[in-house]
Amino acid sequence: MTEQHTTETVGADPGRVADPAFDYLLGLGDDALIYAQRLGEWLTHAPQIEEDMALGNVALDLIGQARALLTHAGEVEGPDPVRDEDDLAMLRHEREFRNVQLVEQPRGDFAHEMARLLWFSTYQRALYSALLTSTDETLAGVAAKAVKEVDYHRDHATQWVLRLGDGTEESHDRMQAALVAVHPYVAELGEDHGAARWAAEHGVGVLPSSLIDAVNASVAGVLEQATLSMPDAPRWHARGGRAGVHSEVMGYLLAEMQHLHRSHPGARW
Amino acid sequence: MYGNDFGQPGTTDPGAGAPPHPLNAAETPDYTDALAEYFDGLIEEDQRVEPRDAMPEAYRTTLIRQMAQHAHSEIIGMQPEANWITRAPSLRRKAILMAKVQDEAGHGLYLYSAAETLGVDRSELLDKLHSGRQKYSSIFNYPTLTWADAGAIGWLVDGAAIMNQVPLCRCSYGPYARAMVRVCKEESFHQRQGFEILWVLARGTEEQKAMAQDAANRWWWPALQMFGPPDTGEHASSGHTAQSMAWGIKRFSNDDLRQKFVDMTVPQAQKLGITLPDPDLAWNEERGHWDFGPIDWDEFWRVLKGDGPCNEQRIRTRVQAHEEGAWVREAAEAYAAKQAARHQPEAVA
Repeated sequence: MTEQHTTETVGADPGRVADPAFDYLLGLGDDALIYAQRLGEWLTHAPQIEEDMALGNVALDLIGQARALLTHAGEVEGPDPVRDEDDLAMLRHEREFRNVQLVEQPRGDFAHEMARLLWFSTYQRALYSALLTSTDETLAGVAAKAVKEVDYHRDHATQWVLRLGDGTEESHDRMQAALVAVHPYVAELGEDHGAARWAAEHGVGVLPSSLIDAVNASVAGVLEQATLSMPDAPRWHARGGRAGVHSEVMGYLLAEMQHLHRSHPGARW
Repeated sequence: MYGNDFGQPGTTDPGAGAPPHPLNAAETPDYTDALAEYFDGLIEEDQRVEPRDAMPEAYRTTLIRQMAQHAHSEIIGMQPEANWITRAPSLRRKAILMAKVQDEAGHGLYLYSAAETLGVDRSELLDKLHSGRQKYSSIFNYPTLTWADAGAIGWLVDGAAIMNQVPLCRCSYGPYARAMVRVCKEESFHQRQGFEILWVLARGTEEQKAMAQDAANRWWWPALQMFGPPDTGEHASSGHTAQSMAWGIKRFSNDDLRQKFVDMTVPQAQKLGITLPDPDLAWNEERGHWDFGPIDWDEFWRVLKGDGPCNEQRIRTRVQAHEEGAWVREAAEAYAAKQAARHQPEAVA
């Protein structure tokens, strides 16, 4: 029922910003959705059963945020017909996803996950805190619920970064290596893009560049306490996710996430 | 297992039963008789046995084995369902499935904790699981091949598990009984969500209907096997049923529970529009129960002993997660020790 939208967007320029209000919400929703997809891979593979539960909990919170944000994005995009959360999650093509590349990266070891979760949850906390005063009341409502959730995520990641950084020699080295590996994906969280500029101008959203320094300062504080060091500026950094340009792993992630839904066009689940 | 208890016949846990050395009066029959009288009194009056009560060593080892098997089943049982988290067909289904798998992890934790009240350690029990010295429910040695299997596990496997577990809410051992009260409530949600997955599929496209029927075909017989071997006849096992019933751990026989499950499930299958794969299934007016065909006990024992489609895979996955997480657990211990040392007050002279 939604092929019309999909074909239209994929047509001339899949990375174009057709409607910044829609596009801004997609960026928020896709970050949450794609990270939940990666975190879901941890269940049954975590270092201890408590952690299967904790990572499952984080993933569940993010799925909840994604559902609210994508549903709202579909409503903002407008009628004819309204795309629902599953249309947006399951039927868009890779170039139409607006998440940062950080969240799509494959599951590494536990230190990699804690490095990613610390940075991402610290960013999400700053973001949702700013969105509490959004002129988009639905978005402000989502942020009010989500800010409490991501505060817990951040606390969980912080506790683990402290344990791993200041645990054994092996865990310290692994945690430091993980920070170096994740660092090139951090700058993209703070890059402004067309939809964010529109959202900031209209009081709907916030410029990512206004958040990133505080995010990095907060992470640096945790690293110091954990006897770890902030990695040097990386030689390259990821860019383009907000315009639908992803890393090669994204296609495989979507193939897995979407295949069943796409195999049965029009079916209800 | 999964609320039932039977090891392979003739096997017991090593270390069970301490050799008596009467060095003092507490090592004489006078003392053991006094304990036995107290314990038997509790059982007779259908009272709960609590962790600090005296209990026969065999009662303790039986409970540890059963609770450990139950906990292992929850933990291994996460795998076939987690297999569909990344591919769930809608975001709602993905969220529900994640929550369900997370619940199973929680059940595993309650049960390991309940077992720990009897003086064992979770890591010791996990070692036994990883090395094959303790079992988990053999149902999880079957693969989840389609989305409908997520439904069939909820409907049939959780349905059978609850049938075993509801009587355990009245188990003579207090901590186990209390854990079961909470577990059964959550399992009931799981069973409903499984039924609902199949309900939607059975009313969907032809392919979805076929998927639902195929899943029921593959899970029905293994679900009936979950109640354990028959109590009588050529396939009866010299398991622990009689002793466990005498101790108030088990309240109903395997065959009674299996019959209750069949009686409850057949009308549900009819409602779903799913045909259960048993040509002998028929209502028996005289008995007031559904008759069903013979269960393949050879397959049951074969899979239980290791020759099932997923036995190797399930343990390999579990052991791999445990081994890959070793450095993380060590780091947590090292950090906790450092923190404790930092916060320790200076020694006072």
